Amino acid sequence: MKCENCGKNDASVHFTQIRNNKKTEMHLCKECAKQKGFHNPLDDVPFPLAEFLNSMVKSGGTGTDPIARLVCSECGMRFIDFSRVGRFGCGNCYRAFRAPLEDLFRKIHGATRHCGRTNQQVDHTVKGVVEEEVRLKDELKRAIEREDFELAAALRDRLKALPSQSEPTESAQQDG
Amino acid sequence: MMKSFDDLIKRPVTWLSGEGEHANVVLSSRIRLARNLSKHRYPVRAEPDEAREVVELVRTVVDRSELVKEGIFFNSESLTPDDREILIERHLISPEFMRDEAPRGLFVDDDEASSLMVNEEDHMRIQAVRSGLDIRQALQRARTIERHLAEGLDFDCDTRLGFLTACPTNVGTGLRVSIMIHLPALVLTKEMDTVLSQVNKFGVGVRGFYGEGSDVLGNLFQISNQTTLGRTEEDLVDSLEKVTRQLLMYEENARRRLFTDAPNHIRDKLWRAFGILANARVLSSQEVMNLLSAVRLGVAMGESMGLDLRQVNELMLSVQPAHLQRHFEKEMTTEERDVARAEMVRKMLTRKRTTRRRGPRKSGEN
Repeated sequence: MKCENCGKNDASVHFTQIRNNKKTEMHLCKECAKQKGFHNPLDDVPFPLAEFLNSMVKSGGTGTDPIARLVCSECGMRFIDFSRVGRFGCGNCYRAFRAPLEDLFRKIHGATRHCGRTNQQVDHTVKGVVEEEVRLKDELKRAIEREDFELAAALRDRLKALPSQSEPTESAQQDG
Repeated sequence: MMKSFDDLIKRPVTWLSGEGEHANVVLSSRIRLARNLSKHRYPVRAEPDEAREVVELVRTVVDRSELVKEGIFFNSESLTPDDREILIERHLISPEFMRDEAPRGLFVDDDEASSLMVNEEDHMRIQAVRSGLDIRQALQRARTIERHLAEGLDFDCDTRLGFLTACPTNVGTGLRVSIMIHLPALVLTKEMDTVLSQVNKFGVGVRGFYGEGSDVLGNLFQISNQTTLGRTEEDLVDSLEKVTRQLLMYEENARRRLFTDAPNHIRDKLWRAFGILANARVLSSQEVMNLLSAVRLGVAMGESMGLDLRQVNELMLSVQPAHLQRHFEKEMTTEERDVARAEMVRKMLTRKRTTRRRGPRKSGEN
């Protein structure tokens, strides 16, 4: 259905108005609805995932796109399946689809690397923050020597996120 | 200690207590941490046997930990469809949780301040809620649960990407901070557009809390972070708190302006809402939320409506369909519910006022 006002765009906003016991219906496109004051501010909240995923494989819908044909060896999910449901099948999908995911993460998060706590830091009360710090610093040194700056950056972030530096009292706190 | 589902729903919900910082505007602060086990397919792709195994794994760890003393664990099979509707209205589970009959689990602690969903979208979703603006305490609680789980479980965590999640929008910290905020004055003064356009710049999303799509009920909004990768938990919490305080300030200013510029008009509007609630014989779920929103604003602004914030907050929950049916202990059609809803609200509002005027008197209700 086309917009009743401009006749160009598809109508996506539908109104029912009752005046003097007479019911009238209006079908407008987003722009015209906005002009007429029927705009809902929440419509502007961006939700890029579905749209973006569709655009990624649009060219590969035929099965010739190498990206669309990527398959996860653990759970058997194909990238084209993922692009339809927007959900991974298992943790290994992250590795299997790594190349196209970089773009996706940049689009969703504006970043491609994690920053902050990791698994080792969940249980830091047991494992010991100091131990962890020493280990990370050691790893960092070796990474820089190998000129693996990507890894070095990640390690630096993890060092920064160690509880001793950013959140002093977590282990003392026990909710009751 | 809580023993059954009925014990659970008889308890008052602590996060609706109307206590905590800025409770006049902020109803609750909610934290969610998504965690997954390595070497297990995600719920959406797992066969029933594998899904059941995950539930049992998590259940075993909960049973062995301190957590078991603090709450109760349900297998989804033991929950009737009505039970699930109630849990959804209490925000203990999501609609996703009852998508199908796949094996799932739910742990809820005694005061409903935290919970754990097993096999929703992710293997584990840890949730913690506090009344008012109190994100940090909620995060502490969620981390405490996380730590108990980590004693027996290995979370799937990648050096580059952090905690892996079923949906790419959650990867990294797996953290979602959600603030439930009441913004009637900004809606009334038509300032929401301006305010929202500013807020959206900070990677923070705002949507209606009740109602689907764009139909915002009761002027209740949910603010939450849109990104989870590349920023630390602390960073995300900080920016959410900053945006919330900004919104708070706008809302408080708008309230003040309404009450100084047009005190009679605004009070008339709020008291008319009170009048309808106290007298109506049929109340739809939409209408009741919008009227309760006006009453909540009145109570927050010190109008003596014979109710406190906690009672208004709790009423907003009690009038939801599944809670209403549980209260009247029968299945009802939509029309019957609208009548029952009006009755419940009327009793609540008029009882309090007569009690106030005539002093204490005997009442069979509690």
